[in-house]
Amino acid sequence: MTTTINPSTEVHQNKLRGAAWFTQVGWRHIVGVVGIAYAIFPLLYVLSASLKPNATLTGSNNLFSVFDLSNYQALWGKGFGTWAMNSLVISSVTAIGTVLMGGAAAYAFSRFRFKGREASLTALLIIQMFPQMLAVVAIFLLLLSLRDVFPFLGANNQIGLICVYLGGALGVNTFLMYGFFNTVPREIDEAAKIDGASHAQIFWTMILRLVAPILAVVALLSFVGTYGEFIIAKTVLSHPSKMTLAVGLYQWAADERNAPWGLFAAGAVLAAVPIIALFMFLQKYIVSGLTAGSVK
Amino acid sequence: MDNGRARNFKAGFIAKLFLMALLNAFGLYGLFSAWAVSSWGVFTGLAVGLIAANWAYFSRRAIPAKYLYPGLIFLFVYQLFSMAYTGYVAFTNYGDGHNSTKSDAISAILSYNEVRLDGSPAFPVAVLEDGDKNLAFGIVRDGQPQVGTSDNPLASVDATVENDRITAVPGYTVLNFNQVVQRQQEVTELRVPLSDDAKDGSLRTQDASSAFVYSPILEYDASADTMTNKETGVVYTPNDRGNFVSDQGEKLTPGWRVLVGFENFTSMFTDKAVSGPFFQIAVWTFAFAFLSVATTFALGLALALIFNDPRVRGRKFYRAMLILPYAFPGFLSALVWKGMLNERFGFINDVLLGGASIPWLSDPWLAKFSVLAVNLWLGFPYMFLICTGTLQSIPGDVLEAAKMDGANPWRVLRSVILPLLMISTAPLLIASFAFNFNNFSLIYMLTGGGPNFAGSPLLVGSTDILISMVYSVAFESGVKQYGLASAVSILIFIAVGLISWIGFRRTRSLEEL
Repeated sequence: MTTTINPSTEVHQNKLRGAAWFTQVGWRHIVGVVGIAYAIFPLLYVLSASLKPNATLTGSNNLFSVFDLSNYQALWGKGFGTWAMNSLVISSVTAIGTVLMGGAAAYAFSRFRFKGREASLTALLIIQMFPQMLAVVAIFLLLLSLRDVFPFLGANNQIGLICVYLGGALGVNTFLMYGFFNTVPREIDEAAKIDGASHAQIFWTMILRLVAPILAVVALLSFVGTYGEFIIAKTVLSHPSKMTLAVGLYQWAADERNAPWGLFAAGAVLAAVPIIALFMFLQKYIVSGLTAGSVK
Repeated sequence: MDNGRARNFKAGFIAKLFLMALLNAFGLYGLFSAWAVSSWGVFTGLAVGLIAANWAYFSRRAIPAKYLYPGLIFLFVYQLFSMAYTGYVAFTNYGDGHNSTKSDAISAILSYNEVRLDGSPAFPVAVLEDGDKNLAFGIVRDGQPQVGTSDNPLASVDATVENDRITAVPGYTVLNFNQVVQRQQEVTELRVPLSDDAKDGSLRTQDASSAFVYSPILEYDASADTMTNKETGVVYTPNDRGNFVSDQGEKLTPGWRVLVGFENFTSMFTDKAVSGPFFQIAVWTFAFAFLSVATTFALGLALALIFNDPRVRGRKFYRAMLILPYAFPGFLSALVWKGMLNERFGFINDVLLGGASIPWLSDPWLAKFSVLAVNLWLGFPYMFLICTGTLQSIPGDVLEAAKMDGANPWRVLRSVILPLLMISTAPLLIASFAFNFNNFSLIYMLTGGGPNFAGSPLLVGSTDILISMVYSVAFESGVKQYGLASAVSILIFIAVGLISWIGFRRTRSLEEL
């Protein structure tokens, strides 16, 4: 091990053969294979179940014996399309709103010095420790009384649900963004100000472009989080045509005896594909986002 | 400085004016309708919010406020207010049977306890429907055609009358027999008050052809604040629990919302029916959150250490595969596992265990084990990711030095890697603890909290954690008890807050090391 300054793989391969290679490196591959089997077998199972027509729980155990897309076709008459659309719209609007509101707040905290700035930052840090779902009863009662005044903001309405989600938008995200905004040098805004730009121009046309990477991360985390949110969505939305994927698919899988298992599996695969694709595509950013702001 | 921003940014200024006009229109509309339904809380909130918006966007000095306003308004309404409201509800008996104010309860009691008075006149009735499909009754009273709905008492209208029965009213359709049959239940439930005074009684019909006057059997005496039964003479007086009660202890429903002090909190510890399940659930919540973090961290760290060796080929592939469970939406995983763990038909018993019938989800201890095992599957990729990330930031020469000093790998891990790793992962572990403390969807989707405790009035069970207990008490346990549910929420607030606070203090001391 004298070549640690510049270890090349060839050196190791020349050195390690047979038993020595196995005790130091080879066994790791065995662990890897076992680990992958553990990680993906439920996913293979659900994929297999989705390809079996009229599958029930027990009929899904024979993995990949049939390849039939009829479950995927049958989804569309059963409300799945509506739920998927609802989920996409609700998650997208929430993500955009979160980015805009969080970005604006982070800009204010990063660029202006005003009374109560430190205190508000600390307050935000404390508030974000308490998830909104703890107040689910109060949110439900609040939406009940809002319904009399603004029907579209009340219970069983998607706009109302989006507003609830936006209520939790500032917490974590402001900190992620605040840190990133601080890395953009203030000299850039000073120069623009001297050229006569207003604060609104600086914000919309310069800063938001410079911090685009963190905006993308926050939008993604918000989208994924809203997409999988269940308890508030279930409390607020009761009519089948208004439900999100999480609430709708839960209904299919909840009733064990009569569960349309094949249908649920197909819905689960379709619901998961966009999220998995986003993850794989943006893996790098998510990891840095995770370690930077402790999100999950 | 008088060079106004507005002139520099014309398009923006017009956009702002337009948006503010929209916002103000929306706010004014809200103020009017809040006034109309006497929703004073909403009214006050709106007024304050609207004034703040106009101040923030038309003042020249409040630049930070312009950027903070949108986020803060949502934060105030949907997070801070709902937290405060949770606190308030926790001290009331809000729930089924105590849903509203005292005056609402009085009018509800009066109208639920109605009898047809002997000898009250029968009116030939016409069932009407307005443009919005709301039902109404039309009768001829004192020679005058009159129409009323459940919200608006009878009032005179111009109508065509044949044989004492209304046959046409402008703005309404007279329902024929078939249409009445279709909405039969609504028709028989409809009560049209004779006047604004509940004492005068209301009009009801059983057959949609003749209607009778029903009047309240109870009488409310506002000066003495008592209810009297006109037939039996029993007097009901209000108690401090929000109910009218007779001397014999007979209660009138519904009641109204009253403050009950710490009762919801104390009942968790003293009321046998609640305290037994509550203690079990509280202990399990801590155990579940702790074990979840411990198991996922152990597996994630082990895998990260194993694949941190640069000599292992295909590490990228292993990583991509191992994080798949994290990428799969959590609510779906829990449901898939629920299917796979099914006692009779699930994949685990049927295929992997060759047809065994192990009650994974219906035996109290096995269900707890299953919840942890599924959460391990869900959670280890996250720990794997963060451990991989932080392992790479540990300088190689430190490890080299340890090796030189003759430390075996186990010792290196314990004395060098772990302490360094902890500095950056400890806050994440605390966050993960807080997350699992409230991991509602896993519990709700996998076991539904079951198997349920036998004989408990609350619909809770062995795998319920505190947050799923809140949900069950508020929405699923037959009788909704918002007050008790909110009290449990408050306890979770306190527990999570305390743990995070202690945890973060400890990690700060780690950093100083």
